[in-house]
Amino acid sequence: MATEIRMPALSPAMEEGRLARWFVAEGDAVQEGDVIAEIETDKATLEFEAVAAGRLGKILVPEGTASVKVDTPIALLMAPGDTPAPASPARRAPVAAPRATRNAAMREPGWEAGVHLAPLIVREALRDALTEEMSRDEAVIVIGEEVAAAEGPYRVTQGLLDRFGSARVIDVPVTEAAFAGLGIGAAFAGLRPVVEFMNFSFALQAMDQIVNSAAKTRYMSGGAVSCPIVFRGPNGAAGRVGAQHAQCFAAWMAHVPGLAVAYPYAASDAKGLLKAAIRSDDPVVFLENERLYGRSFDAPELGDHVVPFGQARIWREGADVTLVGYGPAVGTMLEAADALADEGVAAEVIDLRTLRPLDHATVLEGVRKTHRCVTVEEGWPQGGIGEHLAAVIMREAFDWLDAPVACVAGSDVPMPYAETLEALALPRAEDVVEAARRVSYR
Amino acid sequence: MTAREEGAPESGDVGLYRDMLLIRRFEEKAGQLYGMGLVGGFCHLYIGQEAVVTGMEAVAREGDQRITSYRGHGHMLAAGIDPGAIMAELLGRETGASRGKGGSMHMFSPEHGFWGGHGIVGAQVPIGAGIALAEKTRRTNNVTFVYFGDAAADQGQVAETYRLAALLSLPCLFVIENNSYPGPSAAPRGPQLLERARAYGIETAAVDGMDVRAVREAADVAALHVRAGKGPYAIEARTYRYRGHSMADPAKYRTREEASRVRATRDPIESLRERLLGEGAVTEEVLRAIDREVKDIVSAAADAAREAPAPEPEALHLHVTAEA
Ligand SMILES: Cc1ncc(C[n+]2csc(CCOP(=O)(O)OP(=O)(O)O)c2C)c(N)n1
Ligand SMILES: [Mg+2]
Repeated sequence: MATEIRMPALSPAMEEGRLARWFVAEGDAVQEGDVIAEIETDKATLEFEAVAAGRLGKILVPEGTASVKVDTPIALLMAPGDTPAPASPARRAPVAAPRATRNAAMREPGWEAGVHLAPLIVREALRDALTEEMSRDEAVIVIGEEVAAAEGPYRVTQGLLDRFGSARVIDVPVTEAAFAGLGIGAAFAGLRPVVEFMNFSFALQAMDQIVNSAAKTRYMSGGAVSCPIVFRGPNGAAGRVGAQHAQCFAAWMAHVPGLAVAYPYAASDAKGLLKAAIRSDDPVVFLENERLYGRSFDAPELGDHVVPFGQARIWREGADVTLVGYGPAVGTMLEAADALADEGVAAEVIDLRTLRPLDHATVLEGVRKTHRCVTVEEGWPQGGIGEHLAAVIMREAFDWLDAPVACVAGSDVPMPYAETLEALALPRAEDVVEAARRVSYR
Repeated sequence: MTAREEGAPESGDVGLYRDMLLIRRFEEKAGQLYGMGLVGGFCHLYIGQEAVVTGMEAVAREGDQRITSYRGHGHMLAAGIDPGAIMAELLGRETGASRGKGGSMHMFSPEHGFWGGHGIVGAQVPIGAGIALAEKTRRTNNVTFVYFGDAAADQGQVAETYRLAALLSLPCLFVIENNSYPGPSAAPRGPQLLERARAYGIETAAVDGMDVRAVREAADVAALHVRAGKGPYAIEARTYRYRGHSMADPAKYRTREEASRVRATRDPIESLRERLLGEGAVTEEVLRAIDREVKDIVSAAADAAREAPAPEPEALHLHVTAEA
């Protein structure tokens, strides 16, 4: 009996990938555990092994095929002693029906009517911002683990080494405290370093430098010393990477005077805010998210698009309830707003985009209009941005409120590994809908 | 070691063969399950490095302690931890070593003297020295084995730990697993790994980490030194990782031929097998029986893990603190 070998998933989020190479040919004998193919996604490459011994009967998907859906049969494995299936040229790899439209480009709001919009991927928006700013200003350099020859652990620094050379695109060993400090010194002395952390969890190694040195030196020096540096990298939950690689630093970092903090959701904001961050004369913590890197958004040709810090973006107008959040939680709010619309509730959706400075005015304006507010974030609840907003709204707009502000946040636990628990630990659209109903007494 | 205590009849060098083979087959299965989407996140395999932990554990005694990085499945197996509990953890199941909460990188078993499973490069090194401090304070003569990689050796906290371990004369044995590639990083390798430890006054030795007997010999000298209260000791085991850094690393920074050559000429398991047969220490038949036994253990672990339930939703809020 021939068994179908199917396209593997490299991660729970993977929907399709490229079959880069076959290491075996039709008719070859394979042992259990032999590497038979190489599969690539935009993020990773996997050596794919045979799970049983046999002979490769037929290759159904030739090497070099892109966008092969997970679970598509890619080859037939014959048990030892089987005769090969008769060649049937008609047989082609079935094309799996596309799953939910999760990867379809999301339309960004606010562009002028009639302007041509095209899909822009977050990872490429970031890369473009880096490339353009490095071309614009020779003082901009990039420092990080695997940022040069390897082009970035998440390929955000793709092409930079080729274009700008190893003096400006600097690979460093696993030495976070030191390379953060190195960037800070270079910034004091006139460069504009962009320091990449492979994961913001590793910035904890460098927290002293970020807070004690980068954030405070302008103040401590009575204005004599500037520290124009950007610390950037993936932040927060990814796919089952566990407690030590998945936590949100937005509220932590936003607590610190002297730092600016951005956590963009949309591709155009990723570009525009990163450009603003690099041009800033103060240290900026620039948070990205692994689940957003591959997402595409409909945006116009951006060119030198710079988004100022401290201005929220309104994704959706609505008179009944204000939803306010940032980072990947914006997607959760938009999903919730759709569901609420089905119930006849018009939700306003505010994306803060930067957490320091934080656009309190836009939030207060929304609350004065809708009289109800739900904050949404993936980080922990205690001392979170949501609780901060609840306090500000109570102080500044108490008389306009028809209900206490509801705060939806990540669960108050380290991130669990198991798929089911991880899903429970992050705010879901239904949690936001439920909170919106609660503040509307529905 | 404990794998033998659990009833496997082999002892001595045949036991080393069996222990290495168990790690190899376990890791191959873990890689396959990852390819099937059953293991998530990061999964770092120990294939090629089996002789290091197996040789070190060959001199371990009851009461000894151990700690390592995210590349820790082999260390757990060598410490005698149930393969079923490790496999179930990889699949995020309730029956896993961390009840599904830790995953590949974060597993612990205090009753086996195994303190993780650490995802942050280098973090286990000072923690390991602290475990040694507790042993010293309690006046045992147990050794704490502190495993870390060649790239981890660059972390500042490793240098700080050398300073403390030497100052406090801690009973710990640092094992630097130099697997030749720190990861896809293009950053060139740091200076001589052992010279750094020596600069703090720590005794050192380098060993061929592909030769389990050589590792055991070096480990024996080092452990005697530590047990005698002479302070810390560092071993650099020169080894080779066959697979990518993690399941998501294609290892394009080296050639497939290089990996195949090492595998063909220096494989720790194959070379011990040949030596044992050449010395007449074992028959083909016994080795075949071991192969079958190991394969069965791994299959049973995988089957049980696949059958095991996911954690209950209530588990989300358990174990955050001692109260809950
Ligand atoms: C503080 C920190 N920085 C970066 C990483 C990402 N990372 C994981 S493993 C690794 C390479 C470590 O290599 P090595 O210490 O030689 O151990 P090996 O993986 O070879 O066993 C890196 C950079 C991390 N986990 N923690
Ligand atoms: Mg290494």
